[in-house]
Amino acid sequence: MKLIVAIIQPHKLEEVKEKLYKAEVNLITVSEVLGHGQQKGVTEIYRGAKETGNLLRKIRLEIAVNESFVEPTIKAIIKGAQTGNIGDGKIFVLDLERCIRIRTGEEGSLAIG
Amino acid sequence: MNMINSGDTAWVLVSSALVLLMTPALAFFYGGMVRKKNVLSILMQCCIILGLISVQWVLFGYSLSFAPGKGFWGGFGWAGLNGVGLEPYADYAGTIPHQAFMVFQMMFAIITPALIIGAFAERMKFSAFLLFTLLWATLVYDPLCHWVWGLGGWLRNMGALDFAGGTVVHINAGIAALATALAIGKRKNIDKGTPTPHNMPFVVLGTGLLWFGWFGFNAGSALAANGLAVNAFVVTNTAAAAAGLSWAIIEWIRNGKPTIFGFCSGAVAGLVAITPAAGFVNVVSAVIIGLLVSVLCFIAVSIIKPMLGYDDSLDAFGVHCIGGIWGALATGLFASKAVNPAGADGLFYGNPAQFKIQLIAVLITLAYSFVMTFVIYKAVDLLLGMRVKEEDEMMGLDLTQHHERAYTVLE
Repeated sequence: MKLIVAIIQPHKLEEVKEKLYKAEVNLITVSEVLGHGQQKGVTEIYRGAKETGNLLRKIRLEIAVNESFVEPTIKAIIKGAQTGNIGDGKIFVLDLERCIRIRTGEEGSLAIG
Repeated sequence: MNMINSGDTAWVLVSSALVLLMTPALAFFYGGMVRKKNVLSILMQCCIILGLISVQWVLFGYSLSFAPGKGFWGGFGWAGLNGVGLEPYADYAGTIPHQAFMVFQMMFAIITPALIIGAFAERMKFSAFLLFTLLWATLVYDPLCHWVWGLGGWLRNMGALDFAGGTVVHINAGIAALATALAIGKRKNIDKGTPTPHNMPFVVLGTGLLWFGWFGFNAGSALAANGLAVNAFVVTNTAAAAAGLSWAIIEWIRNGKPTIFGFCSGAVAGLVAITPAAGFVNVVSAVIIGLLVSVLCFIAVSIIKPMLGYDDSLDAFGVHCIGGIWGALATGLFASKAVNPAGADGLFYGNPAQFKIQLIAVLITLAYSFVMTFVIYKAVDLLLGMRVKEEDEMMGLDLTQHHERAYTVLE
């Protein structure tokens, strides 16, 4: 079991969701986060004063999957989120020790799907 | 003779301020309904119209609309308010300074193009929006205003009743909304369902301020602090209340729960419907007009819109055009000389001819506004491109059109 964490551009969320559904990955947690990588990002202007170097708004996805779904999930995220520009984001793949479904108490692969 | 009445003047000035407030009110009403990445674009579009049309109006808009003339519009005789002074102009309002009438009318000219924003919200390029609005105000609003209210206007001479702007404001803006929604096409990614309004309390705030401002809109249209203004005030409140109730009840029956969004939509639909009728109908008629407008508008936005598939984002057509048509026709049904001797009797008071006149005025407004709006849209589209790039639409208009955002994440 793996936990896939991805940081993507907010405006790419819809496309990524669509690609994930196509790859039959239906369980996903989404949150709005701030961060920055190499990118300077969109400049905002308030009453004529430029503000740069802000933390940028990103979307964080968390997806727990069984081994056979790891590659399809990664591919789907890339397909949906890639623009080729700086700021497209990153994907982290972590080992997942345990997974328990609260409703039934089921554990492991059963609980993930 | 031309005697300025201080009570009348005070009421018209206060009414002008009330109607001005309706445009920022509309900004919150619409702003709450869009996704949070687009809320500032709505506020900005409404606010810039305050700037743009205020200036257009004093430079030439008032002249085109109200200078005496028998033709297409009033011409440029009163451009720059030349000759529009502080003495009354008896053919429009005999007891208030001419400029008070001018500034009251200015507020109507401002809010009308702002109403259309609801149809193309979340996807129009700001530069194109500005040019479109200026052209629309000049070539659609000003001529139509002249025909209905201007001295020598041919719909006015025909005897069409429009107390406070059912045809000029609501049907006009509502059908223009449909034309722009059809021309610009659907928003991206809405096939799976309409986006949820991002801030419902804003919608309620906007509704409250619209309702408040509408007393200036309708009761101010008496252009005097008199009994007619009181009649308009009472029927305006009554119709809004009846329509809000009726929309909530329809939802309760059909969807299982009444919503605040439904009540607000109903109240606004009621205010739209009573607008042309406010100076001609009594309070029982206002209850009927209010109860029924919600039925018609509910059908338009919940059944017909999904069936036909056009994306009138915030239902500018469904509420303003449908509600406006019902109001204009209802004026032809319920108008009574017992309320306003200067008006006319409607169908239910033994004068079917009035209904026919109302119908003609409605059809002419629909046809002229739809065609002209479409032509202006296409012209600006060729010149500047109306729609934002797909990526900009996904990122939201606040960031891509204005380099601002409404809400922060952390602090």
